[in-house]
Amino acid sequence: MKKLILATAVAAGVGLTTAQNAMADRIALVISTLNNPFFVTLQEGAQAQAEALGHELIVLDSSNDAARELSNVEDALARDIDALLINPTDSDAVASSVRTANAQDVPVITLDRSANGGSVVSHIASDNVAGGQLAGEFIIEQLGGEGQVVQLEGVPGASATRNRGEGFMTAIEAADGIELVATQPANFNRSEGLNVMENLLQAHQGIDAVFAQNDEMALGAQRALQAGGLEDVVLVGFDGTDDGIQAVNDGKMAATIAQQPARIGELGVITADRLLKGESVEANVPVPLQLVTQE
Amino acid sequence: MTAITMNRSAVRLLIDNKAFLALVLLVVVSAAMSDNFLTGDNLLNVLRQTSINAIIAMGVTFVILTAGIDLSVGAVLALSGAFAASMTASGLAPWISVPGSIAAGAAMGMVSGLFVAFGRIQAFVVTLVAMTVVRGATLVYTDGRPISIGGGDVADAFWQLGGGYWMGIPIPIYLMFFVFVLCWAVLHHTRFGRHVYAVGGNEQVARLSGINVNRIKVSVYAIAGACAALAGVVLTARLGSAQPNAGMTYELDAIAAVVIGGTSLMGGRGRIFGTLVGALVIGVLNNALNILGVSSYFQMIAKGAVILLAVLIDSRSQSSS
Repeated sequence: MKKLILATAVAAGVGLTTAQNAMADRIALVISTLNNPFFVTLQEGAQAQAEALGHELIVLDSSNDAARELSNVEDALARDIDALLINPTDSDAVASSVRTANAQDVPVITLDRSANGGSVVSHIASDNVAGGQLAGEFIIEQLGGEGQVVQLEGVPGASATRNRGEGFMTAIEAADGIELVATQPANFNRSEGLNVMENLLQAHQGIDAVFAQNDEMALGAQRALQAGGLEDVVLVGFDGTDDGIQAVNDGKMAATIAQQPARIGELGVITADRLLKGESVEANVPVPLQLVTQE
Repeated sequence: MTAITMNRSAVRLLIDNKAFLALVLLVVVSAAMSDNFLTGDNLLNVLRQTSINAIIAMGVTFVILTAGIDLSVGAVLALSGAFAASMTASGLAPWISVPGSIAAGAAMGMVSGLFVAFGRIQAFVVTLVAMTVVRGATLVYTDGRPISIGGGDVADAFWQLGGGYWMGIPIPIYLMFFVFVLCWAVLHHTRFGRHVYAVGGNEQVARLSGINVNRIKVSVYAIAGACAALAGVVLTARLGSAQPNAGMTYELDAIAAVVIGGTSLMGGRGRIFGTLVGALVIGVLNNALNILGVSSYFQMIAKGAVILLAVLIDSRSQSSS
């Protein structure tokens, strides 16, 4: 507690002095974890972009701990930053961190996960709707515009589930020859992907393609399809995890929709740069996704 | 309670177990609503999917019979499964890796049991802590990534435990029935089994009548850990890899199976056959909801409603008898 008060006091003091003499731009990136390749890549993208634009980037790792995140933000503010890029550990818990930065008039940009509270200038994340649509269009193309399709949904109510599903549905509803015979939840989980796919194979004959809203479910479904001798079903995953890309290269999955974490980091720094130059920025910056097929 | 322990015909067992009626009802309704439900293929499919929860739940039944609870089984499943996967990947044959993983699971359960018995801490608290710590240990051990069982003969042999068939029936189904027979025999035909009921019925009386209550308590948590580990082996074999987040919330499915099966959370009353039926109720329900194409938002409500109904049928029959 003592440390917290001290940090805030120091931060407030430093904040006052810098308001008078503007210095070279210093940007902080408070990142949810660096123990996950996705976020490491995101951080590398941000770092490279910051060097290219001549900004100093301070990176602080929250280790998936919301309390650590708040103290990281306080430490960053104490170090006289001009903009805060934050990749929240949790959308609700980050609100107090955002408000702390707001109180010192440091602009906040969220990366990958949004914040449910405080004032955020810009939110930069993968465009899941476009990604779902990309998956749908790929399947339509592979099937020649005709066939029976199954969707495995993520955790009901999660934003990734809603957005990926929305994009996918938009694509396949536009194709008259494509019939969605089932759409069932498997909670982004590999073993549930296996069970649900097994069940759906009992109910539906002649499935031509499967869209799983993440690679984990796709890899589970792949086991069920393999056991049923249905290797030629077009299977598309989402996320571009190591296992997912491996399965695509081995021909076990037709494609995965990969996020571009490095691009999220780059766009974070670019947005901060424009903000600091006094230019206007978009409240939502969608980052395009990439279709990965066998090389 | 004395009536439970002695010999009864299988028919009596079915009639007595009201959860079994709930299961029959569920099967009839599902069959009426979809032609794809009541096929040989699908029934084997349901049994195979149920096997994992059933194996865990049968272990948890021992704990609940002593009026305890075990929230750590999902995490124990994940860590034991990860051990099995890395042993298999490093070339150890299933006859080493499987007993090794089960022993590890039993040891994890035993630690919880020691705290419950000798530490005099509530089982809910001990196993909640165990769940957190073991889940964390799994993340550390796996580095947060899936561990593949690899390729080659050893991996193929291991994979058979989850994906193989013998005489047209999936191996996990045999494992489930093997565990059932073993648990049934231990619970209903050994002194240890009678002591488990006695400890749950009235701990003071059990202690005064010379039963080593602490030894029974440690043993039941070890049994739950061993069963969870075996389930972890089966799950890992089915998927060909161990997931760091495997078994998340499986403890709740297992407890639901035990409760649907008519075992009292207050301890001392219940049967292993009921647990098997309870697990089947949950398995059939998951399968039917998929086959019928029920929307994801309604699935959870349907599951809750069926569990409530099954427990209601059972509790009404208990109070009337």
